[in-house]
Amino acid sequence: MNAVTVNNIVKTYGTKKEIVKALDDISFEVQQGELFGIIGPDGAGKTSLFRILTTLLLAEGGTATVDDFDVVKDFKQIRNRVGYMPGKFSLYQDLTVEENLEFFATIFNTSIDQNYELVKDIYVQIEPFKKRRAGNLSGGMKQKLALCCALIHKPSVLFLDEPTTGVDAVSRKEFWDMLKNLKKQGITILVSTPYMDEAAMCDRVALMQLGKIMSIDTPENIVQEFNGQLWAVRSSDMYRLLTDLKTFPNTESCNSFGEYHHLLLKNNCGGEKEVLEYLHERQHKNIDIKQTQPNIEDRFMQLMNTN
Amino acid sequence: MVKEIVIKADGLTKKYGDFIATNAISFEVEKGEIFGFLGANGAGKTTAMRMLCGLSIPSSGNATVAGFDVYKEAEHIKQNIGYMSQKFSLYEDLTVKENIRFYAGIYGMSRQQIKEEMNTLLQQLQLFDEENSLVKSLPLGWKQKLAFSVAILHEPKIVFLDEPTGGVDPVTRREFWNLIYEAAAKGITVFVTTHYMDEAEYCDRVSIMVDGVIEALDTPTNLKATFNAASMDDVFLKLARGAKRSAD
Repeated sequence: MNAVTVNNIVKTYGTKKEIVKALDDISFEVQQGELFGIIGPDGAGKTSLFRILTTLLLAEGGTATVDDFDVVKDFKQIRNRVGYMPGKFSLYQDLTVEENLEFFATIFNTSIDQNYELVKDIYVQIEPFKKRRAGNLSGGMKQKLALCCALIHKPSVLFLDEPTTGVDAVSRKEFWDMLKNLKKQGITILVSTPYMDEAAMCDRVALMQLGKIMSIDTPENIVQEFNGQLWAVRSSDMYRLLTDLKTFPNTESCNSFGEYHHLLLKNNCGGEKEVLEYLHERQHKNIDIKQTQPNIEDRFMQLMNTN
Repeated sequence: MVKEIVIKADGLTKKYGDFIATNAISFEVEKGEIFGFLGANGAGKTTAMRMLCGLSIPSSGNATVAGFDVYKEAEHIKQNIGYMSQKFSLYEDLTVKENIRFYAGIYGMSRQQIKEEMNTLLQQLQLFDEENSLVKSLPLGWKQKLAFSVAILHEPKIVFLDEPTGGVDPVTRREFWNLIYEAAAKGITVFVTTHYMDEAEYCDRVSIMVDGVIEALDTPTNLKATFNAASMDDVFLKLARGAKRSAD
């Protein structure tokens, strides 16, 4: 069974003069128990999509279901069974940690005790501060509390809108470990993120840009869709190397990737040897060139350029 | 050639009651350097940056920025630096042109200078068609590039960038770094924080703060060698895993 189905959803904002298509004919399905990532920068349409699926926003066109319930007709059933963690911290700042959790349990007609098992691993980390007001928590603790509150009624589908934005690399890894544990308990999770490297943590991902889904598949397959042999190149002067490689006539694309630049050559060109000759002519020193595997970000940029 | 030091911190400390946000940090940054200032959430980066920008008075220690003392000459510091963050950069309800004019004015540029620079800037960013559009109608990536260009319009000695590329698409993120390289080539020192570890590789030198102190400071290549790590991501994880505190 599909936990989520989305068919031709359209959402626009703005007036007649300036119309922004936040979601431009989007369709996809998420299976029960899947950890599904929606990867895209700000303005891709991630938040609009989540708000439509959680029945907080009406689409102009198309249909969508969550657990086979229609997002328009059956909004009450959906609200009872999904958990939603918005991008912006939305708990009660002047209630304590414990009071917030109690509050969310109560409005869903349940209690902390009843579903404690589900949140236990996360809640124990903030329990020492349970008498503290939510407004006085650190960023990491707020995030954990928000996740507990979104889980306390044992939702069948969990929507997490950019839970790791602005969070440091260590805390991001911890957060994804928590999600993996939740997945084991059978909860379907839809999570959005602007960090491309997080795609690898998901079962399947949709790459989104400007209201459209550019690709949807397992992270491994998306990377395999990359067209062409990718080269990693570096030299002593990385900035000049980048500009030189970009103006090299046989370059299809060249992007910086940490300590190397990723270079894609046009078809039918001389390959490595030709690049080396060109760079030697331009007096580059300590040149290192080798074949490399593309990652999600390579594929994302390739799709951005072809769309 | 004598190295010109534009930022010098010596035992710089900030306490809030019993809490030591920044604990005796010492480092130097050279002219034209791209200096990455990394750390986990709550490590004390923002506090340190606020002191260096002349916005917060240290509890103890010394620092000079662009040759000016952070205690006595904070106003001079503000005139000689540029600042941009993801959270606050431009006024959304002013047009592109109005924002440029406003910031250039604040930084003390004359009307004549502003007029001249305005055209160069609009051309560079290919924003001529949008010059009278409200900033809120621009895509985030354009906003960030405009905000950066505005922050260095008055040719400051140093520009402070606080997570400038958060949430930006991968192509724009790289375009943004090209602007950083260009600024550094012109001799502007770039002091930048980021959560993207590939961006740490683009810096000349990187410092990593953990629980209020600088745990490591070196070139990316040396850091990777020292910590026997394959990437800056690994270096960061090795250092920051031991962090005791976390905050915004």
